[in-house]
Amino acid sequence: MRRALPFLLLAVALAAPIHAQTALPPAPYADRQLDDPALEAKATALMHTIRCLTCQSQSIADSNASMASDMRSEIRERIARGEDPEAIRAWLIERYGDWISYKPTAEPILWPLWGAPVLLLGVGGALAFRRIRKHRKGSA
Amino acid sequence: MIAETGLAALWLAAMLAGLQLLLAWSAVAQGNDDARRLIRPVAIAQGVLTGLAMALLILLFIRSDMSVYLVAANSHSAKPFIYKFAGAWGNHEGSMLLWVAVMSVAGAAVALFERELDRRTHIATLGAQAAISLGFYAFLLFASNPFKRLDPPAVDGQGLNPLLQDPGLAFHPPTLYLGYVGLSVAFSFAVGALLTRAVDARFARAIRPWVLAAWIMLTIGITAGSYWAYYELGWGGWWFWDPVENASLMPWLAATALLHSATVLATRDALRAWTIMLSVIAFAMSMIGTFLVRSGILTSVHAFAVDPTRGSFILALLGIYIGGALALFALRVHTVNEGARFDAVSREAMLVVNNLLLCVILGLVFVGTLYPLLTEMMGVRVSVGPPYFNAIIGPLAIALMAALIFGPLLRWRRDETGAVLRRAAPALIAVVLALGAVIAFAPRPVGWLTAFGFAAAAGVAVASIAPLWKRNLRRTPLFTYGMVLAHLGCAVSLAGMASESAFSQERLAAARPGDRFEIAGTTVAFDSVMPIAGPNWTAMQATLTVSRNGHVIGVAKPQARFFTDPPTPTTESVQMTRWNGQLYLVLGDALEDGRWQLRIWWKPFVTLIWFGGGLIAFGGALALVGRVRRGRKQGRAAATMAEPGAAIPAGATA
Amino acid sequence: MKRSLILWIPLVGYLIFLGIASLGLNRDQQTTIQSRMIGKPVPGIELPAASSSNPALSTKEMADGKPRLLNVFASWCVPCAAEAPVLAQLAREGVRIDGVAIRDARADVDAFLARHGDPFQRIGLDARSTLQFYLGSSGVPETFVVDGKGVIRYQHIGAIGPQDVDTILAKLREAEI
Repeated sequence: MRRALPFLLLAVALAAPIHAQTALPPAPYADRQLDDPALEAKATALMHTIRCLTCQSQSIADSNASMASDMRSEIRERIARGEDPEAIRAWLIERYGDWISYKPTAEPILWPLWGAPVLLLGVGGALAFRRIRKHRKGSA
Repeated sequence: MIAETGLAALWLAAMLAGLQLLLAWSAVAQGNDDARRLIRPVAIAQGVLTGLAMALLILLFIRSDMSVYLVAANSHSAKPFIYKFAGAWGNHEGSMLLWVAVMSVAGAAVALFERELDRRTHIATLGAQAAISLGFYAFLLFASNPFKRLDPPAVDGQGLNPLLQDPGLAFHPPTLYLGYVGLSVAFSFAVGALLTRAVDARFARAIRPWVLAAWIMLTIGITAGSYWAYYELGWGGWWFWDPVENASLMPWLAATALLHSATVLATRDALRAWTIMLSVIAFAMSMIGTFLVRSGILTSVHAFAVDPTRGSFILALLGIYIGGALALFALRVHTVNEGARFDAVSREAMLVVNNLLLCVILGLVFVGTLYPLLTEMMGVRVSVGPPYFNAIIGPLAIALMAALIFGPLLRWRRDETGAVLRRAAPALIAVVLALGAVIAFAPRPVGWLTAFGFAAAAGVAVASIAPLWKRNLRRTPLFTYGMVLAHLGCAVSLAGMASESAFSQERLAAARPGDRFEIAGTTVAFDSVMPIAGPNWTAMQATLTVSRNGHVIGVAKPQARFFTDPPTPTTESVQMTRWNGQLYLVLGDALEDGRWQLRIWWKPFVTLIWFGGGLIAFGGALALVGRVRRGRKQGRAAATMAEPGAAIPAGATA
Repeated sequence: MKRSLILWIPLVGYLIFLGIASLGLNRDQQTTIQSRMIGKPVPGIELPAASSSNPALSTKEMADGKPRLLNVFASWCVPCAAEAPVLAQLAREGVRIDGVAIRDARADVDAFLARHGDPFQRIGLDARSTLQFYLGSSGVPETFVVDGKGVIRYQHIGAIGPQDVDTILAKLREAEI
């Protein structure tokens, strides 16, 4: 609720992390696209799923924080060197834990999250289906 | 004196709410006739008093009365009038007062205008509404008094964060509040109906205008909030699956489901218990949303007025009201018989599919939002973000759209599969054509989810206007037009989402004045960058000339702004809207050797996302007007008949 | 009987939610991200010298038999200036401290050291946060305790205050064994 106020605070939070920003210009590939569109697409897709460390709740692709731009550069350079996006994700998770990936990993603790859709659809579907069949029998 | 009057009005209103609860109990449980007669004036007086309290708070803000703590902490004498006005609810205490005021004014409206219900259920409903209000009065008076005095008065106020001074922001919160409060009324109706065991079509017809109104407000609130995030953040995204965004989405999902199940109940007298359950869930989601946002329990960048003690208070209210309602449900619902029967191929069945999918989506948003909290308590910190929600919700949303293609084309009670398919043929052809077109002509490969998104949008667009087919358009009821427009809005919005995600183009550049860029057939010339100053900020402003085929189509001036107090850099992006999309321009950081970071996006048909949202809300508004008019007419007709609440002919309602 | 039990399921589910919510509300909210590199060797990275007076830093050379601190800081970071006196005190007590200056420039680091003192042996310039990512560090200042074999033993997030000195010294002693 109250998305409005929060949204503006979001702008503040993004633009001004508590940590002061450096005067140094951004890293080379922080906001420069890779020449190969296919590689750039891979990098962008990955960046949208990596959580910014210094902001509260944004991906590094949507953040002005200097650390996020350094990480964008790091990711683009690694992709340009031919690294696999999922390998880069694993490399980051090894250092920062599952928290850094917006895409839930296959860790056992996250299994219920992937099971939830099946469970909810199954239970809900069964309830609804039984009702309809029952009614039919009753009316037949 | 104004502040004291306001506080006194609040106390008096709280006492009246207590009285209203007692009267309702006396009338319903003991059949006391005096209580029955008294309860309506009491409810109306309560509405008038809280309305007065809210008006007085606004007056204090307008007069910049710095002897009131809330004004001193959140306003400033030099602020523009409109923000003084809106500042009254731009803080925790004021917004809670607004909540209570809207709630009791709504209660007064229920007392005044409700004609559908039998008197006993009506009074039980007013009692339930008083009970909910009491909790919020307690919260307001004991934990967040908006009229607290400041002694000695402040010389001037601390001002409002300059970023919060935005016309959209000023009227966004009341919009959502109206939505939440509308759902609280539906909740009270549900509790009232459970208490008097009067869960029937009349109950559904009584809650429907309230749910519709609430749903319209929530739709507007979410649509506006999304557009806001889009232009304010400067990264081109329009939905982030942030906890606070999810908190606003959940009540909307529940209200959407409730709207449809109430239609089944009103028309066919089926889904009785389920509709009651949804009424409870919808209000629960409103309060849980409030709780998630205000308590700061989840990490969100949108955190507003975060305070764990307030969180505890809201949690206690949640426990009492929702827990109480669920217990009442468990105790009473077996006395509610299941209602009319229906076939597997019928509009009822398709609306059940609609409800199933909406509730599964709601459940998954709920689980996904709270899951990080759960694992954190087990010592593991995880993030659940867009990759999860998009992957899970996307296919379900498309399935929902598929149900939407068939739903309005099905007949109530029973239908023939062959006939349905014939009626749906144009829509199904549109689906196939759209899918083929996307696969054959898309400038770049499109993911299957997006491709189905386009296909579903095309199908829904055709199917949504099908109910008007071969009908006398002048005699078609207003609420049918409302439904058609709302469903069409879903198609429009979905098309915008699919187009944005599939065909957006991005151009990041380190540019010097004089450089030119090409994006999607458009040329952006970077003419200059200059420092400029505003009332409380300084900025670097770029001048970008945008042209197409040699013709200048506009000049954009995006800024990198820096607010002085508090020191806050912001990005002022520029959106240039064309009929077929938006050019999104951002000026970023200064780089070495006089170059500037420019971010340029071309987002084809992105505006359809919010245009569709607006269409949905407008359709809802038409339906609301249509329903209220029809209700009035029937109310008059019923008054002349011996048996009130005679069932509407099945085909007459949409 | 069975049906009436089913009707209580929503309430039970809801109470579970309330329980989780109230536990969550009263928990200590973590706002920092702990590095997962504790117990693992310091990644080997060679960084150029960040200041005019201190040699460059190669983290490959950290396994020299004795524990030390690796302080991640920056001249533009306000809390880093606040922790400078504490670092100076640790250095006086014989603690060996290497620094990593994040996103910094040599002139700025020189000015920072001139103003706040120089407790560092070597300082590497990490212009693009590379070593920071390798360390799993998420901000400045942060301080890692590295043992004689070059293995990270402890991470302190935020400025080291006078009250943290004992902990840091204890962790250094533990790292000696």
